[in-house]
Amino acid sequence: MAFTPEDVQRLAKLARIELGSEQISATLGHLDNIFGMIADLRQVNTEGIAPMAHACDVAQRLRADAVTEGSVAQRDRCLALAPEAEAGLFLVPKVIE
Amino acid sequence: MINASLKELASALDSKKISSLELTDLFLGRIAQHNPLINAFVTVDEEKSRAAAKAADAIRAAGNAGPLTGVPIAHKDIFCQDGWRTTCGSRMLENFIAPYNATVVERCNQAGLVPLGKVNMDEFAMGSSNETSYYGPVRNPWDTDRVPGGSSGGSAAAVAARLAPAATGTDTGGSIRQPAALCGLTGLKPSYGTVSRWGMIAFASSLDQAGPMARSAEDCGLLLNAFAGFDAKDSTSLERDNEDYTRSLYQPLKGLRIGLPKEFFGTDGDAATMAAIEAALAEYRKLGAETVEVSLPSISQSVSAYYVIAPAEASSNLSRFDGVRYGYRAPEYTDLNDMYAKSRAQGFGEEVKRRILIGTYVLSHGYYDAYYLQAQRIRRLIASDFDAAFKQCDVIASPTTPGTAFKFGEKSGDPVQMYLSDIYTIGVNLAGIPALSHPCGEINGLPTGMQLIGPYFSEHRLLNVTHQYQQVTDWHRRMPTAFA
Repeated sequence: MAFTPEDVQRLAKLARIELGSEQISATLGHLDNIFGMIADLRQVNTEGIAPMAHACDVAQRLRADAVTEGSVAQRDRCLALAPEAEAGLFLVPKVIE
Repeated sequence: MINASLKELASALDSKKISSLELTDLFLGRIAQHNPLINAFVTVDEEKSRAAAKAADAIRAAGNAGPLTGVPIAHKDIFCQDGWRTTCGSRMLENFIAPYNATVVERCNQAGLVPLGKVNMDEFAMGSSNETSYYGPVRNPWDTDRVPGGSSGGSAAAVAARLAPAATGTDTGGSIRQPAALCGLTGLKPSYGTVSRWGMIAFASSLDQAGPMARSAEDCGLLLNAFAGFDAKDSTSLERDNEDYTRSLYQPLKGLRIGLPKEFFGTDGDAATMAAIEAALAEYRKLGAETVEVSLPSISQSVSAYYVIAPAEASSNLSRFDGVRYGYRAPEYTDLNDMYAKSRAQGFGEEVKRRILIGTYVLSHGYYDAYYLQAQRIRRLIASDFDAAFKQCDVIASPTTPGTAFKFGEKSGDPVQMYLSDIYTIGVNLAGIPALSHPCGEINGLPTGMQLIGPYFSEHRLLNVTHQYQQVTDWHRRMPTAFA
């Protein structure tokens, strides 16, 4: 397994993490080592084995589609944690001109 | 008083030998004295702690005390605690004041446990040495040149240095058991679904589980009684009747079958660690247990499967940190995507970014089947291995860690070496089953631990086995002399 700088750049873009060129080369080496460690996994014969997505095979519970946290005070506490908020809304940089 | 068990503390409170306020002040004083050296606590709020202690004293005075009312506890900084800064060890949440309580915190409050503060951890619980915390590494009280383990390293160091009688921890691949072993504590990872994950900042949701870190099995049982229980707010919380996890503590061990996986008892293990394990097994035999060889044929794949599944889930979970609703936002950016990319680049540390990138890769088009689905298939093989082994034995024993606490910087430059230090603990999380670590010896003045693994819902049995061992040994009572 050998990652190229372009591979790492593509992953960083997908993950929305800006990486400088120095970080890319450092990350590259680490990813090569880590995927070297993981490589043996691909050799294991798992034919006919169902993937195990969860620790216990129970169905997820569903709940009623109802408002359970309706307090404006609590909403305001949450909004107060946002880097920018106004009129009960989160603000983001302008996306439409 | 700093060496008293939780039961002894409750009894001292009950007989009015000490009030919860006095007890809380005693520990707050020790935190003020010793924390600058070990950096176990990242947030202390003495007024809030004292207010909770006074409330506990009032409950006791009114005759309504439970088994832990007025006993202090430290919370890992991964649990949201209403009105308290909750950082998860990250710059991303440096100014995050939780607006609600995690269910574990809520249940602790209901039980009258007094919060002493928030304890340090590896960033987003990703690490085995506490060196990835944005708030600086925690030092191991047994040797301050060494790591306390991770990710619940602050929890472990706080209890080992007697800055708190008990702490909450979380365990995704060994994050309760490994620091417990390296700091000389007893720590239990319960069966997946036993303790609610609501309000516990998510790392890998199908593996994360909260549990107690304390000095003895008895303490852990009392704490788990407070933590555990069905919670409608966590969709993976199991709907089961509450149980008393201390109910089997006094059961004799005659006839107990301890399975020894041949994969863990080969020639590869560290000689001093294996000698400590053999000595503990000899004690168990004296208590009436017998040992049987078992096999976990797929366990050698567990680290690889884990380092596909956990980063995959992390890359998804940590997408919520985008600089919009809470957490860090970069001061300068050109547009929305640039704001995301810069906020995440500046807000996350190196190990967290590395794991997000691994997870992004194994989930990406063309690699999903080869890595992610394959890892999930291997996860089933590992879980089936444990099922088969438990047909021949009641519990499985192994070392908790390949060696004692290592020095700062010894493994932090090489992620693969760090990942491999979780070799004994990771399979348990993949299978979802309970396991604990208890102290079982000292090597060159540093504690070492034994891991006991049981089938689903066998917590009471693991605690029973450990309690019986702790009646005839004193490893769990030893403490680092510099903090006496």
